[in-house]
Amino acid sequence: MTSATSAGRAVLVPERGFFIALVRDVRLAMRSRGELAQALAFFVIVVSLFPLAIGPESVILKRIAPGVVWVCALLAVMLTLPRLFQSDYADGTLEQLLLSPYPLALLCAGKMMAHWLTTGLPLALVAPLLGLQFGLDAAELGVMVASLLLGTPVLTMLGAIGAALVLGVRGGAILMALLVLPLYIPVLIFGAGAIEASLAGTDVAANLSLLAAILLFGFVGAPFAVASAVKISLD
Amino acid sequence: MSLFKYSAPSSFYPIAGKLVPWFSTLAFIAAVIGLYLGLFVAPEDFQQGEVYRIIFIHVPAAWMGMFIYLVMAGYAVLALVYQTRLSAMMMEALAPTGMMFTALALWTGALWGKPTWGTYWVWDARMTSTLILLFLYIGYMALVNAMDDKKRADKAGALLVLVGSINVPIIYFSVKWWNTLHQGASVSLTQGNKMAATMLACMLVMALACWMYSIAVALCRVRAIILERELHAAWVKDIREVQT
Repeated sequence: MTSATSAGRAVLVPERGFFIALVRDVRLAMRSRGELAQALAFFVIVVSLFPLAIGPESVILKRIAPGVVWVCALLAVMLTLPRLFQSDYADGTLEQLLLSPYPLALLCAGKMMAHWLTTGLPLALVAPLLGLQFGLDAAELGVMVASLLLGTPVLTMLGAIGAALVLGVRGGAILMALLVLPLYIPVLIFGAGAIEASLAGTDVAANLSLLAAILLFGFVGAPFAVASAVKISLD
Repeated sequence: MSLFKYSAPSSFYPIAGKLVPWFSTLAFIAAVIGLYLGLFVAPEDFQQGEVYRIIFIHVPAAWMGMFIYLVMAGYAVLALVYQTRLSAMMMEALAPTGMMFTALALWTGALWGKPTWGTYWVWDARMTSTLILLFLYIGYMALVNAMDDKKRADKAGALLVLVGSINVPIIYFSVKWWNTLHQGASVSLTQGNKMAATMLACMLVMALACWMYSIAVALCRVRAIILERELHAAWVKDIREVQT
């Protein structure tokens, strides 16, 4: 899209690429709300399996809650990653995005933002409900939400790299898990660590700061990494 | 440019063939000296007894596991920036060796941990990061093997390794970040060495052996990869070992 200047010449505003991709992907996601609900339902069901498998002792449940919630959030985000590029790749939209005058990195950033708004954000908002099942109190639930809000965007960004790399590859889903899960580990450690620190009554700032640092680093690096992954896959 | 002459597979293939015996010989000599020093010369540790001798392979293996990943990251930059096919081939050739050393480091660490700490495995930061490094190698090899289009596999692998290489410094500094059951670094540039001089010499000689071995094996493997990829190129048909 272009906007007219006083000279009447159409100029491109590169920044708009971000919003174009963002609005488009959010709109597409909103048209298949069932798919969004599936990821949330998966998250809730898998978290609820743990008390059934381990037993209802509240001390143990409280102890494992941070890890369980984080591992399940990580898996739920991972299962939604194909949505980022798969259908766009199949119907040729991705190639059109590559050919468009907007910087591919910004378009990818918009797509990632849309993905986070439709998966990571709902997960973070649903998580307190699950935390209650595990007997966490209000302050701990707050830390849980904060850690998920800081951590899930990183899951989307790292996942987008994996999702773009495996486009059109046979057995891509398992392969993507192999690529992405090891990269998720630091986020998992700091995310669960923040909640654990809050359970232990110590300072949560260290873990949350590290998560925020990773997030900022991701903001700078991820769009370019994802854009080059998309380019590699479309070559 | 003369510097880039050997980035062409056709000119690298013969020189790699000539270098392999040299590096193999160096690796063999260093391994013999290192094993002699480690098994006969180095004194028994007064705390750990004989079992500590496993560090003479454990530490070099852990170093090589990390170092090879860094070398792969270097080649990944070359592959992505200069689009040199040989860089990607070198990555593919190095990955199995790096994976082997990482697995060896974990395995020998477990064998050392049982008598020393009383357990094969501790979820300590450094061990965990080494395990993650092993996963990174597995991911890279799985990605490269899954793609039939080798040109795409090269670039995709290079990008993955670059992203994963962020993990390698975390491994290195994790000792300082979460100082748990694992010992602090035995060899440190800032604090001076806590080891006896013979032990340190032995470990360095063993590291040299592992290093030279890695180069020799990677060169052998890259020659095979070059032949596989360039099967239909004219220069391959002129090589003596292909003709016979």
